[in-house]
Amino acid sequence: MSGGTPAPATTTEQTADQPRANAILKEIVNGNVLITVLAVLLALLIGGVLIALTNEDVQTAAGYFFSRPQDTLLAVWNAVSGAYVALFQGSIYNFRRDDFLTAIRPLTDTLTYAAPLIVAGLGVGLAFRVGMFNIGGRGQMLIAAAAAGWVGFSFHLPWGIHLIVAVIAGIVGGALWAGIVGLLKARTGAHEVILTIMLNYVAFYLVAYMLRTPGLLQAPDQVNPKSPPMLETAIFPPLLGPAYKLHVGFIIVILATVFVWWLLNRSSLGFRFRAVGENPNAARVAGMDVKNIYVYAMLVSGGLLGLAGVMQVLGTVPTGFSSGIDAGIGFDAITVALLGRSKPWGIFAAGVLFGAFKAGGYAMQASQGVPVDVVTIVQSLIVLFIAAPPLVRAIFFLPDGSRRRRRTTPIVTKEVEAK
Amino acid sequence: MQLELRGITKRFGALTANDHIDLVVAPGEIHCLLGENGAGKSTLMNVLYGLYQADEGEILLDGAVQHFDGPGDAMRSGIGMVHQHFMLIPVFTVAENVMLGHEQTSFGGRLDLDAARKRVREISDRFGFSVDPDAIVGDLPVGVQQRVEIIKALSRDARVLVFDEPTAVLTPQETDELMAIMRQLRDEGTSIVFITHKLREVREVADRITVIRLGKVVGEAAPTASNSDLAALMVGRAVELVVQKQQARPGPASLVVENLDVIDPNGLKVVNDVSFTVHEGEILAIAGVQGNGQTELTEAIMGLQPRVNGRVSLGGQVLTGLSVRRVLDAGVGFVPEDRTEDGLVAEMTIAENLMLDRSHSEPFVARGSLRLEHLDGFAEEKKKEFDIRAQSISTPAGRLSGGNQQKVVLAREMSRDLRLLIAAQPTRGIDVGSIEFVHKRMVETRDAGIPVIVVSTELDEVVALADRIAVMYRGSIVGIVPGDTPRDVLGLMMAGERPSEVAA
Repeated sequence: MSGGTPAPATTTEQTADQPRANAILKEIVNGNVLITVLAVLLALLIGGVLIALTNEDVQTAAGYFFSRPQDTLLAVWNAVSGAYVALFQGSIYNFRRDDFLTAIRPLTDTLTYAAPLIVAGLGVGLAFRVGMFNIGGRGQMLIAAAAAGWVGFSFHLPWGIHLIVAVIAGIVGGALWAGIVGLLKARTGAHEVILTIMLNYVAFYLVAYMLRTPGLLQAPDQVNPKSPPMLETAIFPPLLGPAYKLHVGFIIVILATVFVWWLLNRSSLGFRFRAVGENPNAARVAGMDVKNIYVYAMLVSGGLLGLAGVMQVLGTVPTGFSSGIDAGIGFDAITVALLGRSKPWGIFAAGVLFGAFKAGGYAMQASQGVPVDVVTIVQSLIVLFIAAPPLVRAIFFLPDGSRRRRRTTPIVTKEVEAK
Repeated sequence: MQLELRGITKRFGALTANDHIDLVVAPGEIHCLLGENGAGKSTLMNVLYGLYQADEGEILLDGAVQHFDGPGDAMRSGIGMVHQHFMLIPVFTVAENVMLGHEQTSFGGRLDLDAARKRVREISDRFGFSVDPDAIVGDLPVGVQQRVEIIKALSRDARVLVFDEPTAVLTPQETDELMAIMRQLRDEGTSIVFITHKLREVREVADRITVIRLGKVVGEAAPTASNSDLAALMVGRAVELVVQKQQARPGPASLVVENLDVIDPNGLKVVNDVSFTVHEGEILAIAGVQGNGQTELTEAIMGLQPRVNGRVSLGGQVLTGLSVRRVLDAGVGFVPEDRTEDGLVAEMTIAENLMLDRSHSEPFVARGSLRLEHLDGFAEEKKKEFDIRAQSISTPAGRLSGGNQQKVVLAREMSRDLRLLIAAQPTRGIDVGSIEFVHKRMVETRDAGIPVIVVSTELDEVVALADRIAVMYRGSIVGIVPGDTPRDVLGLMMAGERPSEVAA
């Protein structure tokens, strides 16, 4: 364990702009599955506490807690179990229905909600793997939705071709919007977090403006900032018949997941993506053009987020879109990517989980009167716990996982290395 | 003060870094802790300094059992540490650094800088350090910064001083001065623990030597023990410190560097008008103290430096202005100085690291896809050929020891069709066994008729490998001398002096 090599006297520009955030990213990507599962459990537990605290029966029973404590406990049990059962029934399988085909409908709803979350999560996760925070999901989705939507309502093309053209338009729109960020980062060294956040505003107000302007995106004879509905030929057809909301877009989501898996693990471009993401210095010394890699990665990441925008506009809400079409998915995608540890199939699973929360959250509110905000809190807590593995380890008395990283010179507080 | 460690054991998971280590350091003695990198020396000292808690065993000072919860406790008990990487704040003055952590304040919380200045002057005068208390630490040479660290420890009345690999960053002259300081401290009654893996220094300054291997004390030795005896204790077998090699048979000039300047981002010339040639079948060693432009010189040849003047050509092909990828394609093999930062992607597997600089084309990539079967076969072969000790080729490179990491880098670079090999600090921080291996491969590469450049700050390595030696100082080449030039001449050159017998 003796001290490693002395600090290198490298003066290259690459060393300077490697952000400290890379270390955080690595921690997130390389954490283990157990922590993820425990984080979800812990979040559900705290969610249960919140459900109990906000439940009226519990509050009433707590008023005479010291005379009849069992009433309070019973009320807590009823509130929490009722809420989580409703969550399950609303998202996976409703065993109160008689036949299987209607009972399974919540699961198809879950997958419908999951579709844009998964592709968007793939986009954000891919950027993570290349060492970049793409916070610009919202802007990329909006531009993509506008592009796909415009093709979807204004072009008259044959069935099939119309859909394909609209999807491609959306992907290209998202890719280009993110590509601007990649280009600016590569050429000028600007930080992608600031660029993507600012471009979110630009995209939002640009799309809002176009939706308010007749002749651009606004529906004719409309006063609201809203587009015309999509033409029938441009809408994702239902996958399991008209009784279910699940549409063909979900097949594209599976294909996208396979593609991203192949790209990262089996392609030479993905090899370079990972090398740059883990250690840009070594990548540069090995002759990789790090700057170009950043551009390519942003193009692919933006394309995937664009696909999420397409899912929204041609799948979830094909009746015409407003500037809120992204529905916060661009940000939820960050959460999904973190929960999925930036691994394609992990993101897929995380997206389905969050889709279930979305589908079940409404059912929970409707049947049990539990505020839907609890679900959002649970989602946020999951990520909070994942971002703080030592906290989860401490709560569950797990051994310290940091021993595989050998810190040679321990950090002494208040003092830093000279030179 | 007498320091005693009894049965110190420290485990990290399955790894036992220290296994029942006993050590007694008498007052007024320089006790050397000798061992390879990874032997557990630094862990032991971190236990002593309160940074780690020992799983078993106890620390005694003058016979009294101590319990340290942190460096603060250790310092209060009179233990001082001079870290390998200085723990100083570069923008603060010497006095501010010295008072840091136990600031004295006067009325109203005002820092009492005068007291700190006085303290610095007092200690500085006592040992003849000539350190100005008001100098900004970042402006001081490395050797002086180290003295500030020593003053810092002494200002807290340290009676036991630990030096953790203190000479790694010093010139030979500065090292000699440090040794003199250590002797002086010893004569005043301070107990000194000197951690190192350099045999020469041990023999020069130690009163007693304890050798540690794989976390255990494997023996004690007197300073009169021979180099090979000490080395054998360190690695557990006899080692050759001399590289076996034939007389070089240099061919025609291959790499030609003409009037090369490198300008750093601050606009300073870090390499200044450097010219040299390397012939086929010879090893040119570039010697010099760390930070005198060697790093930038190799990076400039590789195309890694953005602002370069002058011309570099290899076998007639101009390399200046080419991208790194083109330089690699021209047949240049590069072993970077900092392998964890620049040579490897720690999270990637051994196999993936072996193709790191060949991700663009055959044989590892076909039509945009990785050819994993080919890669696995290649990796298995190289693992055997270069004796890379790892569970499998899918072990992440970051889990390997320094020596095995370096073998991965070497295996990658030497598996290409080379027309030039540049190895920067090829044996830094690796075990003696691996050093031997690396040196052997360097000589084999030379004998295959390939020009080799070895950059090293270790005189032993330079002398062992070089057919010719170029010494760099402050960005310029002081002189290029034959491989058998005496060490004291090289030492003087490394300090920037050009001895009269050396031609320009």
